[in-house]
Order: sequence, then C-alpha cells, then structure tokens
Amino acid sequence: MTAITIENISKRYIINHRSDGRDALRHALEAAVRSPLVWLRERRQRASQATEEFWALRGVSFSVEQGDVVGVIGRNGAGKSTLLKILSRITQPTEGRIHLRGRVASLLEVGTGFHQDLTGRENIFLNGSILGMRHSEIREKLDEIVAFSEIEKFLDTPVKRYSSGMYVRLAFSVAAHLEPEILIVDEVLAVGDAQFQSKCLGKMQDVAKGGRTALFVSHNMASVEQLCNRAVLLNRGVVTATGPSRNVIAEYLQNTVSNTQSLISSVVQRSGTGALRLTSVHLEDPSGNPIDYAQSGKDVAVVLGYRCAEGETPRNVDVGISLHASDTTMLSVLYTSYMRRPFQDIPPVGTFRFKLAQLPLKEGQYLIGARVVASGDELDWPQEPVGRLDVISGDFYGTGVKGYEGAAPMLLNGECTVTAS
Amino acid sequence: MNELIIEAGRAERQYWRDLWQYRELFYFLAWRDLLVRYKQTVVGIAWSLIRPLLTMLVLTLVFGKFGKMPSGGVPYPILVFCGMLPWQFFATALSESGNSLVTNSNLISKVYFPRLVVPASSVITSLVDFLISAAFLAVLMGFYRFAPSGNIVFLPLFVLLAFFASLGAGLWIAALMVKYRDFRFIVPFVVQFGLYLSPVGFISTVVPEEWRLVYSLNPMVGVIDGFRWCILGGAQVVYWPGVAISLLAVVALMVSGIWYFRRTERTFADVI
Repeated sequence: MTAITIENISKRYIINHRSDGRDALRHALEAAVRSPLVWLRERRQRASQATEEFWALRGVSFSVEQGDVVGVIGRNGAGKSTLLKILSRITQPTEGRIHLRGRVASLLEVGTGFHQDLTGRENIFLNGSILGMRHSEIREKLDEIVAFSEIEKFLDTPVKRYSSGMYVRLAFSVAAHLEPEILIVDEVLAVGDAQFQSKCLGKMQDVAKGGRTALFVSHNMASVEQLCNRAVLLNRGVVTATGPSRNVIAEYLQNTVSNTQSLISSVVQRSGTGALRLTSVHLEDPSGNPIDYAQSGKDVAVVLGYRCAEGETPRNVDVGISLHASDTTMLSVLYTSYMRRPFQDIPPVGTFRFKLAQLPLKEGQYLIGARVVASGDELDWPQEPVGRLDVISGDFYGTGVKGYEGAAPMLLNGECTVTAS
Repeated sequence: MNELIIEAGRAERQYWRDLWQYRELFYFLAWRDLLVRYKQTVVGIAWSLIRPLLTMLVLTLVFGKFGKMPSGGVPYPILVFCGMLPWQFFATALSESGNSLVTNSNLISKVYFPRLVVPASSVITSLVDFLISAAFLAVLMGFYRFAPSGNIVFLPLFVLLAFFASLGAGLWIAALMVKYRDFRFIVPFVVQFGLYLSPVGFISTVVPEEWRLVYSLNPMVGVIDGFRWCILGGAQVVYWPGVAISLLAVVALMVSGIWYFRRTERTFADVI
C-alpha cells in the first residue's frame, strides 16, 4: 500500500532584496497614508522589482510504500528540509498535492520546545505533547523513555543544568517513543556520543522492522545506507534520482563532476623549470568514475593531469601531493618516491593517479597541493592549492557509528584488546 | 486509518478537528508558562497579587482620595479592585498572547499543530492569575465586611466575555506581530492608555450620558461594568445598551481575529 503520495509539489519563496524594513509597519502605513494612489500603483511595481522568486522545490513527485524507509539526500540547499517541512505541515506548498495515509509524526529537531527551566520529567511531558502524544500515552511510556535516555538520576533537575549529551539523549528518547505510522526525521542522528548514536540507529532500525514508514533526511551516507532501503536524490529542488538507496547514493557521489575538476593552468604563481606542467586535478572512485565527493573510509583517487613542454622528456619523475585543512594547515604529504615508485619515463601528456586507501579524513573540506620533481630538479610547483577535496561522512569504522563529533580531522582505525597483567 | 491531504492554497478542512485533537496542548503550554514564570523568583506567585494590589492603591489614592470621584456607596478600594480584576486579566492576556507566537517561534518553525493553541493558551495562563487575584478580592471584601450581591451568579458570563475580548484582540496582535514587530511597542502603550480609558479607577456613570454608547465600543467597558454589577450589586446601575455594544464589539473582535489569524497562519513558519 502506498503510504505517501507526493504529486507535483513546488514551494516558492519570495526573497526581498531591500531588507531595510520593507515589511516594517511604518513603511506600509506611511506610504498608504501619504499618497494612497501612488502607493497602490507602486505596490504592484515594487513587488516585482525589489523581490525575487526562489523555488526551493519544483515539481517534486514520488511515492513511498508502507514499510519503506526512504532516505532523502542532496547537497545543502537542495530542498530536503523544505520538503520535510511541507510533509510535516509546518509550511504550505505553493503548488501540488500530498496524500498521507497514517498518523504522521515529524522530528525536525531534537528537543523542540524543551524549556531550560523545567526539569527533565516536566520536559518529557511538554515535549511529548508538542510532538502529538497524549498525556496518558506519555505517562505509560515514561519509564521506558527515562531508561532509554540514561538520565534517571537527573530526572528532577532543570535541563539547563544538564550536559549537552544528557540533553540530547533525553530529547531523542522522547521522540524515539512516538509511535506514528509515518515518521519524518531530519538529521537527528548526528547527535550525542558514539555509543548513544548506535543506540539511536538501533531504535531507527526497529522502526523500519516494525513495518512503519519513515522518511529520513541526512548528510551521513553511512546511516542512510544502513537504515534506508530506498532513497530520493534532490538537486536544486528537483528529484534527480529515486530507487534503492545504494544506487541513489552512488549517483549522488558521482553527479556534477565539473565542480571539483579544477584547472591548474590558471595558477600563475608557480616555481620549477616548466619542463612539465600540471594541468588539472579531479577525484575518482576506485572504478575510475569521476566523483564530486570523497567518502570517509572509502578508497579515492586523486588524478592529476599534466603536459610536458615541447621536446622535453623528463626522467626519473617523482610526483607528490599534499593534503591541507581548509585553513591550508598541512595535514599530510605523499610522494611516489616514498612508495619507491618514481617513474622512469612518462608519456608527454597524461595523468598521475594517486590511489588513497580508506580515506582517513573526517567529513569536511580539504585542499590538495601538488609538486613534480625529476632527477632532483623541480619541474612544477604551483604555489596555491590545486584542487579541493570534499569529504562526506562514511562508515569509516564499518560499524555504522559516526565517531567523534569535535574538530579532529584525522580518523584512525585499529583494534583494542584487554589482557590481565 | 488516518488520511491527510495537503494541498496548495486550500485551507485545511480538518483544522477544527485538529484543534480538538491537540486540546491537551492548550493545557500543557499554559502549564509550562505557569511553571516557568515564577522560577528563580523569591516571592514567586505572590507577584500576581502585588501588581494589582499596588495599582489598586495608586488608583484609590488618585481617583478616590484626591479626585473625590463618586463610588456609589462602596468602599473605594473594592470598587477599584472590581475594575482591576478584569482589566488586569485583559492587559496581561493581551500582551502575553500578542507576544506568544514570536516567543514560541522555535515551535512554529519546527512542529505542526494548530497555531491557535499558542495565543489561546497564553490567555488561559492569564486566567489563572485572574483567579488568584479574585481570591484576594474576596479577602479584601471580608476586610471591609462587604457582602457580594446575588448577581454574582452571572459573574462567569462576564469572565467569559473578558476571555473572548482578550483572545480576539490577542489573535490579531499575535498574527500581526509575526510580520510587524512594531506591535511589540504598540501593545504596552495600548495597555497603559487603556487603564485610564476604561472605567478602572472610576465608575462609568461619570462619563456624560451622550457619550456612553461610544464609550462602550471599548469592550472592557461592558466587562468592567458587568463585573461591578455582579459583585457590588444593585447599587451599581448598569447601562445595558452599553453592555450590548461591548458584547457586539467582542463578537466582532473574535470573529475577525480568527479570520485574520487563519488567513495568515499558513505563512507563519516562512515569515517568523
């Protein structure tokens, strides 16, 4: 049975370019009072001049079968959150129609309506009722909620005294105990510590197994892949792919290559003899498809295009790349010579392909630097980063756990054992 | 099976049914506001007595002692307090419900529920303060050995009238405030003026006869007159045409308030 049918949904926002109180009452009143006719005439013109339409969603249609857990993915600004807001009736669509079959609960934020001055217990009741639970229903589940959140001892402490971890745990626990037929969730798993995250994932999986329908927006491809059987890809307000989540995620990672394909030729400041010049850089997945984003823990190739100067045949070529944080702090350097792989001869025009195994970087934006040396002579060294490495989160640990949230760019994988001594 | 259709530009048919389903939320939001209001204060709930008490003292002094206004044979403090009760209720309800959508903007932009719940529960919160003050009036009357009249059985009707006057005006202000924050400055102004424009510190018989009808367009005139009639009894001559006009004004406020609120409600999340 179809649980959600979305037909041709569009949402238009009007953007005001002059933000200096266009909406202020003074403006509206003063103009109307001073010269009503001019005001009426100009009103229409102004509306078209100073404002611009922005379509957050355009003709979005898809349907969701009962029991499906659907991931909605796409870049920032693709319209994911707008879609969820329309589905949860927070805002109205400009066009189109949605048919929902079943009780809907939406969770666009963890702890909506929590009040700092109220105790944990009071907030459970408040938050529960805001999310649409009955008083009796909350009372029934109170013990379960408290147990899940692991805050028993602090139940009667105002939440403003909670650590942020406790706060989030309590908030998620209330939401997790909603039992709607259709659940709409926006990026709420990206909270709490690793242990609690895996607990939340488990709870979400129960939702899926319980035959309930869920719609789930996330930037975390690892959890989308793990939780969702299907996915919808949005790009600038338009659905560009739907299908099994694995395929849609692959599509997401591959689309719009042009963004990362950067032309190094335009970098003016560069040192070296110029016998060889680097010309381009882009990312590829292990099977050689150009990609836009690398994913933590997955193999990725950094591909550098080059061209030798007329008549030059550099020998014993050593190529290096460097990775930098977005503030250009150097994170790592890799030369072919470190791997005892300098190239004796190279074709006059070609590419160097650096394969990086299990990318140990956390999600974020990084920069790529490059340098080419031959027989000890520097051939080319662009003095600026030559490309960007955009990393999205992935299942680095192979456990579905996202790991540390703070600012720590490097990921380590290993083992830990315990022995008696 | 619950079915729900969301369609562009169509006012939802199930709105009033939703309002019923979310009826517990009225209670919970009001409960939250009450719990929170006096946290980390020293005298706590007593504040809801101190404010009307001090205002009553000032008004008694100004109008009763210095102004020598007629009181119709009732101790002036009681006369003033009977007017203060509904006025204070209206004033707090109006300011609280007017601000309610903006102060709850985090809810508006993240969860669905009929938005009407928010300003309405603010009025309910103010009603609780009103009840506490009403208890104090009883004490005051005991002190002056003044027995209430039998008309008191009609008091609930006038409380209801005050309730809807506040809610109607509150709906307008709340909806307007979402777009025009100017009302944050207008409301305290209105409340301040209203205290003197409404017959709080004096009885409405001091208003010249030919102006009584116009004066009654202020819905609180009918409410306050009604309160005095109920509590103080026959000594207070009620100008019934005025009460009728006030009643009509309340109905007009309420109907237009709901209409405007419902009309703008859809865009709250986008504008707030």
